[in-house]
Amino acid sequence: MLTWIALLALFLFSGATYAFGRRKAQGLAATGKAGALHSLPGYHGGYVALWAGLPAALIVLAAALFGGRMEAALLRADTPAAVQALSAHGQDVFFDDARAMAHGGQASETTYEGDLKTAIDDKAVQAKRLEQLIQYGALAAGVVVGLAGLAIAYPRISPTFRARNRVEGWIAVLFIACAVTAILTTVGIVASLVWESWRFFQSVSPLDFLFGTDWDPQIAMRSDQYASKGAFGAVPLFAGTFLIMLIAMLVAAPIGLYSAIYLSEYARPLTRGVVKPLLEILAGVPTVVYGFFAALTVGPIFREGFNNLGALLIGGPFDGLGIYLSQVQNQMALVAGAVMGIMLIPFVSSLSDDIMNAVPQSLRDGSLAMGATRSETVKQVVLPAALPGIMAALLLAVSRAIGETMIVTMAAGLQAKTTLNPLDTVTTVTVQIVTLLTGDQEFDSPKTLSAFGLGLTLFVVTFILNVIALRIVQKYREQYD
Amino acid sequence: MPAQRDDSQARGSAPVQIAVDRAHTGGPQHAIKIRARDVNVFYGDKQALFDVSLDVPEKAVTALIGPSGCGKSTFLRCINRMNDTIPGATVRGRIELDGEDVNDKAIDPVILRARVGMVFQKPNPFPKTIFENVAYGARIHGLTSSKAELEAVVESSLKRAGLWGEVADRLHQPGTGLSGGQQQRLVIARAIAVSPEVILMDEPCSALDPIATARIEELIDELRNQYCIVIVTHSMAQAARVSQKTAFFHLGKLVEAGPTGEIFTNPRDSRTQDYITGRFG
Repeated sequence: MLTWIALLALFLFSGATYAFGRRKAQGLAATGKAGALHSLPGYHGGYVALWAGLPAALIVLAAALFGGRMEAALLRADTPAAVQALSAHGQDVFFDDARAMAHGGQASETTYEGDLKTAIDDKAVQAKRLEQLIQYGALAAGVVVGLAGLAIAYPRISPTFRARNRVEGWIAVLFIACAVTAILTTVGIVASLVWESWRFFQSVSPLDFLFGTDWDPQIAMRSDQYASKGAFGAVPLFAGTFLIMLIAMLVAAPIGLYSAIYLSEYARPLTRGVVKPLLEILAGVPTVVYGFFAALTVGPIFREGFNNLGALLIGGPFDGLGIYLSQVQNQMALVAGAVMGIMLIPFVSSLSDDIMNAVPQSLRDGSLAMGATRSETVKQVVLPAALPGIMAALLLAVSRAIGETMIVTMAAGLQAKTTLNPLDTVTTVTVQIVTLLTGDQEFDSPKTLSAFGLGLTLFVVTFILNVIALRIVQKYREQYD
Repeated sequence: MPAQRDDSQARGSAPVQIAVDRAHTGGPQHAIKIRARDVNVFYGDKQALFDVSLDVPEKAVTALIGPSGCGKSTFLRCINRMNDTIPGATVRGRIELDGEDVNDKAIDPVILRARVGMVFQKPNPFPKTIFENVAYGARIHGLTSSKAELEAVVESSLKRAGLWGEVADRLHQPGTGLSGGQQQRLVIARAIAVSPEVILMDEPCSALDPIATARIEELIDELRNQYCIVIVTHSMAQAARVSQKTAFFHLGKLVEAGPTGEIFTNPRDSRTQDYITGRFG
């Protein structure tokens, strides 16, 4: 709370110094040497405000972020004898409880008696004091630094002072900081994936992982359980992922592409203005909604349809097929793939539509003026010209299909099978990552770590697909610019 | 407003003038190929052409001149019904090609456009090979029955367009790889490959350098012997060089039309006079 008040005060202070600096610069300009003022008065004000506000704000923020740790460290600097007698873990709990008592947090269920009771009450009082000390200390430091900044920057304002260059330099630093944040986060994620995967590959050979055909990660959760070794062959998972992606693309590619052709080549502007946003609403439906749509609506309908078909075939020449169909379950690759395909339609259609719109109208005019019909123009001129871009759109859709989790988790099943039968239940890489990491287990077991191995492999596959897609798009762009 | 009438409209009231026109368009062997009467074009609520009536002679070049936005391209696009492809465009009035109204319900624009070829302002070769570009029309209209026949059509079209010598050894390379002037001759070859009767050219040289322009103008002059050519141009010098008949458009109206020599030396309307002497536009 105090931090927020301090930051607000700082903001106001900094705003005041801005006005202050600007006034001085305006005053200088008004003395008749206006032509000599290097930067506009606003930049001088901004320069003063940066000096007065930025370092002080950093101090207050640092206190808010690291004040708690500082307090804990100071609290432990002087550990009473009674506490020293406790185990290391007991000491940790003791100090956490002391701070919880002071600040009203959640304490452990340990009861303290005698010396320990006195000590913890003592420490709680001390913690409260320390917290206030750190907060007010930071505040005082902020005030001093802010005033010092003002004292440094204000006298620098002069007609020749290059305030604009300084301020713009700092703004550039801000932009760079934002960009670096995004890059560092990505690097951090990849690094953690690689590190944990490396730990996983310590216990399971990468060859067994990439080419093994048996996936059964059920190994001992606790050391006292009977330990089965578990198998980590990822082939069935990637086969399942591939099967579902294939079904999804069989749905999304033609429907998406044809609706894109309709939108860009046949629809009148008014129709297009209505249909395109409607299609894009599909893209805004959360995947979990598609998931339960698949599991609760599409799955039962498909199952019933196949079961009825099977019942008809039993006793006939296709008796075996009939028996198989009548036993089909709700969860099958076909359902997950079909619903995922519907999810991908707006993705494919929207991108392809943009790409076909980018084909110059002059090419269409040229073809139509030759006496080609509209469909001949689409087939012979527009599609060939847009093909690289459409390929890229499809590849991007594929990489989304591979990474999609929610729909397959709810509709595809959990059994790892290497099959191309769309009526079978299969499982995908993403589903296995979800099941591996949800629930209680030791974090350093191969079972948990295998999720990182899967994640890394998946990341590599989608990364390669995206790179190829972007390359194609770039090449395509060069063609018309 | 006698000045706004074109030669054939004036037929009843000024017979002497017709004789003059006939003489300058090359005499009676120049039959009328396209006859436009009271053509009005609207883009949505905006009217782009007002009561345009114009006769276009056979086997001659007719130039449409006038300042930007005067409706000359709009008129050109009426002839092969390319205005149909613009949403909200409506065309009223009669445009006859050999006496048949092109806007008649019975006329299929696809067949009409095979008879009336078009060359655009910016060269627009398809992203295909040179050979496929020229073969395009023959393929979609099923004009040839064998590969040899198709090759013959492509070769003769490229020869007539004066491009054969430059591309004979690279027929299977992309048409987009040619220079601007070569691309424009390529699309002319593409247009003549389907043996049209009329070729419409919408500022065909505006994206080209003077040397390429000179080549296209030579080509137009050669093609004049076989086709009825209508060319829209911003260059008065070009209109004077290549055309036998000139029509001057201004603000959506046909101001004046007549033999090119007469329009440029002795215009009847003061607006034409102002335009060709460079006082506006």
